[in-house]
Order: sequence, then structure tokens, then C-alpha cells
Amino acid sequence: MPLWRVLKPVLFYLLVLLVFVYLVFPFYWAVVSSLKSPQELFATPVTYWPAHPRWQNYRDVFVMQPFGRNLLNSAVVAGATTLIALLLGSFAAYALGRFRFFGKRPIYYAILAVTMFPQISVLGGMYVLIKTLGLYNTWWALIFSYMIFTLPFTVWVLTSFVREIPRELEEAAYVDGATPMQVLFLVLLPLMAPGLVTAGLLAFIGAWNEFLFALTFTVDDRARTVPVAIAFFSGASQYELPWAQIMAASVLVTVPLIVLVLVFQQRIIAGLTAGAVKG
Amino acid sequence: MARRSLEQRRARIAWAFLAPTLVVLLVVAAYPLFRTFQLSLYRANLLDYPLRPEWVGLANYAYLIRDAYWWISVKNTVIFAVVSVSLETVLGLGIALLVNAKFPLRGAMRTAMLIPWAIPTVVSAQMWRWMYNDVYGVVNDLLLRAHLIEKPLAWLADPHLVLPAIIAVDVWKTTPFMALLLLAGLQSIPEELYEAATVDGASPVQQFWFITLPLLVPALLVALIFRTLDALRVFDVIYVMSGVNPSTMSMSVYARQQLVDFGALGYGSALSTGIFLVIALFVVLYLTALRVEVD
Repeated sequence: MPLWRVLKPVLFYLLVLLVFVYLVFPFYWAVVSSLKSPQELFATPVTYWPAHPRWQNYRDVFVMQPFGRNLLNSAVVAGATTLIALLLGSFAAYALGRFRFFGKRPIYYAILAVTMFPQISVLGGMYVLIKTLGLYNTWWALIFSYMIFTLPFTVWVLTSFVREIPRELEEAAYVDGATPMQVLFLVLLPLMAPGLVTAGLLAFIGAWNEFLFALTFTVDDRARTVPVAIAFFSGASQYELPWAQIMAASVLVTVPLIVLVLVFQQRIIAGLTAGAVKG
Repeated sequence: MARRSLEQRRARIAWAFLAPTLVVLLVVAAYPLFRTFQLSLYRANLLDYPLRPEWVGLANYAYLIRDAYWWISVKNTVIFAVVSVSLETVLGLGIALLVNAKFPLRGAMRTAMLIPWAIPTVVSAQMWRWMYNDVYGVVNDLLLRAHLIEKPLAWLADPHLVLPAIIAVDVWKTTPFMALLLLAGLQSIPEELYEAATVDGASPVQQFWFITLPLLVPALLVALIFRTLDALRVFDVIYVMSGVNPSTMSMSVYARQQLVDFGALGYGSALSTGIFLVIALFVVLYLTALRVEVD
């Protein structure tokens, strides 16, 4: 029995350590590889720590690849998508969370249904629409098409937040003669701040990581975003992929996301579970 | 009467607030969905501008039924979805139970769980592609050191290994998400139930089977449905790790190849509609088989 009492926490922490290493190792490996020189990268046996960290790889990402432009494209597209989704989403969430009207339920479920359906099922129609509107290979093509997955999700998360805000403040504002728009912007939005942060973060991450539309609706670096760029990094020859640069770029786009996650992890978990568990 | 008109006024305000979202969703979701379905009844080239669609009726669908590549992609997708979602559920439940225990470094562990989720799929696919490299990859190195394999394996070139290798990447990326959803479910189970069970002399294993699992079913089902729908539309990880390749291509990868790379707007749209129907079928199966309450 005493043996078990000693063994149990040891086994427990071993298991915790194992899971931790499993979750973090690929990222660790990307960091290590991003700091290796070509000789060390393409050598056997594999080394688990760079002998002479080569920061040059990070500079190469911007010099040998148009990565700065890709980052700008991603930032503009994800930022604009998030702002538009939050603005429209808070209007809709106010209507769905506060008002009673005929047809509310079907509309709520229709919006939910849009989050479920596969992006590929609109690809042909969306392509033709984007060409017709003259948006092909621009930021707008992506901002426009990203509404399909960010807006319904934002409406959904924000509606659940609006429902939890007590009504008294709003009613007091109405008694004082405020218009619905004033009530939304001056009373509700400040109270919805945590919801806006949660929904905004998830929309931003979704737009930042999107690949299929970005791959299909852009042709060159004018609008090409980071995921497409990383998928297409090319080296001197077709058969020689610049792995150190790919890993450096991967680390560069992942670090801001990890920082966001570290700072806002409570909010993100709340949003993910509100979306899935209450839904 | 006054009350009634007030309600009507409030309804009008609500519709006014909803209108922008509804208009946007009609334009970016409903219209392209309808247009894709409509194009599936035509033959048209994506690169023609303006389009010159030629009516072919159901010919694209007749072709789809006999298209061996389509059925290969359906098979790959279903294998991918079933295997990865099953593994993610089991592993995710294990991790959720582990993290649900109170221990000093629990916070760090929860953060670590969000890392694979936050990494863009394309980036994680590239990371793993490098790890799977047959000569310089760390996966082979670790397995060789552990004497689990005798010689390096070509993970992404061997047609028997490539789909399992890609599934392993998906499992790594989405298990933590599953674990977080299940953890939220676990934390909503009242502590008193376990205390009462302990008093009654129930073993931890009994407590798991008779308290934890039954009470976790709702969270488990929701997570399962979400992940399955997500896995069925898989595109990024497969496209980046093995391109358009019959031993791995998913329905989305094949449809995009026809639609964009080959410019077959009509046939590609028929494939897209086919995917929509396959996924709708899964939704109906889930909802009826599990009698899930939608609310």
C-alpha cells in the first residue's frame, strides 16, 4: 500500500508530462529547425538543439520571400473581417437576444445552420460572384467571403452574452427617451465587452488561419495571405524546399496567436464552450 | 391595443437590427449555395469571362455516379473522419480527465492544450511534413532510437502510410479542442455526486462508469457532431501534406481540383453539391440515431 501511495503521484505526473510533451513538441521542433543552418538541417543523425543558432533564417523570410506583404494582407483581411462581423453581429445579437418577434426561432436556426455547412459547397458560386463583382485577387474578396463563417458564429456567441445582461439598465435608458441605437451603443455594448473580446478573438483567429478561400480567390502576393504563402514557399529548385525559412515563418505567425491565447485563454475557452455546449 | 402597437413597433426595430446580417448572409451564403447548385446543371469553364454555360441537365450527376475518383475521395474522407474523430474522442476524454484533477501546474497544461488549436492548420501541416521527412525527419529518428522501426519509413510517399500519417496530424491538432469541450462538461458535474458515491463505497472505476460517463453524454455528443462535420469537409491538412493524390484526397480536395485547377465549373459544382448532400446525410443520421434535442 505505501508503495502505491508513492507510485501513484509519480505515474500521474509522468502521464501529465507525456501529454505536455506530445502537445508542445511539434512547436518546439519548428523553433529548433528554424534556427538551424542548412548543413545542420540536412544532416543525420538529427540534432535536438541547434549547434549555432542561425537567426539569419528569420531575416531570409522577409528578404527571400514576400512575407512582409503576406503578413500585411493577413492583418488587414483578418482585422477588417473581425470588425465588420462584430458590428453587424452585435446588431443581430441585440435583436435576437432582446426582442420578441414572429419568425425569430427559424432565423436563429438558419444562422446556426450556416456555421455548419462546408465552405466547398459554395466555392463555385462564390468564385463566379467574386469575379462578377470585380473583387478577385483583392483584400475585399477575402473579407467578403470570410463573412460566411465569421458572421454567424459572432451572432451566435454575442446572442448568448446579450441574454445574460440584466434588462433594468436598458429600460431606464428607454424611459429617459434614448433611441434603440443609443441603447445598443451606450448601454449594451460596454456591458458586452467580454463577449465582444471572445467573439472577436475567435473571428480573428478563424480569418487569420483560413486557407481554402484564400487559395482560390487570390493569384499573387497582392492579396495572398500567410497560410497560402507558407504552403507555397519555394526554394532555389522545385525539389529543394527551404525548410528553415518555412519553419521560421511558421514560428512568426504562431507566436502572436500563442500570446493571444496566453492573455485571453479564459475568454477563448468561454467562447468555445458557450458555442458548443449551450448551442 | 396600445400594447399591440408597441409590440409591432418593437418587432420592426428588431428586424431593422437584423437586416444587415440577413442581407450579408443572403449574399455570401444563400446565393452562392444556390448558384453552385444551379451551375451543377450546366457545363461551363471557370476561365471563361463572361461565362458561357451550356445546359446539360443531370449529366454531371450521371457522370459523378460513375466517377471512380469521386468514390475514392468519399472513402478517404469517411475513413479520415471516422478514425480521427474516434481517436480524438478517446484521447480527448483521457486528457480531460487528467486535467480535471487538481494539481499545481494545471494552468500551464490548459495553456499548452490551446497551442495546437491556435496554430493555423497549414502551419501545423508544414511542421509535421518536415517532422515526417524520410531522411531528416525527427519522427523516424525517434522511432529508430526507440527500436520501434528498423529502417526509416517514407511516411508521406508510401500510399499505405500517408493517410494514417495525416490522420495523426489531425488528431494532434484537434484532440485538445475535444478535451477542452469535455473538460467544461466534466466541471459541470456536481462534486456532491462523487462524495455520495465514495461514502457508498463506489470505486473510482464505478464512479467513472455510473456518474461521469452518463452525465458527460450531452457534451460528448455535441463535441462528436461538431468534430465529425468538421472532419468531413477536411481540406487544408490533406492538400498541404500530400496535394491532390488518390491515396489521400478528400471530397473537398477532389472537388476543388475539378473546379479550379481543371476549370470544370459545372462538374466541380456537382461535386460540391454531392459533398453538401453527404454531410447533410451525416447530420440526419446523427440526429435520428442519437435523438439529439436541438435546443
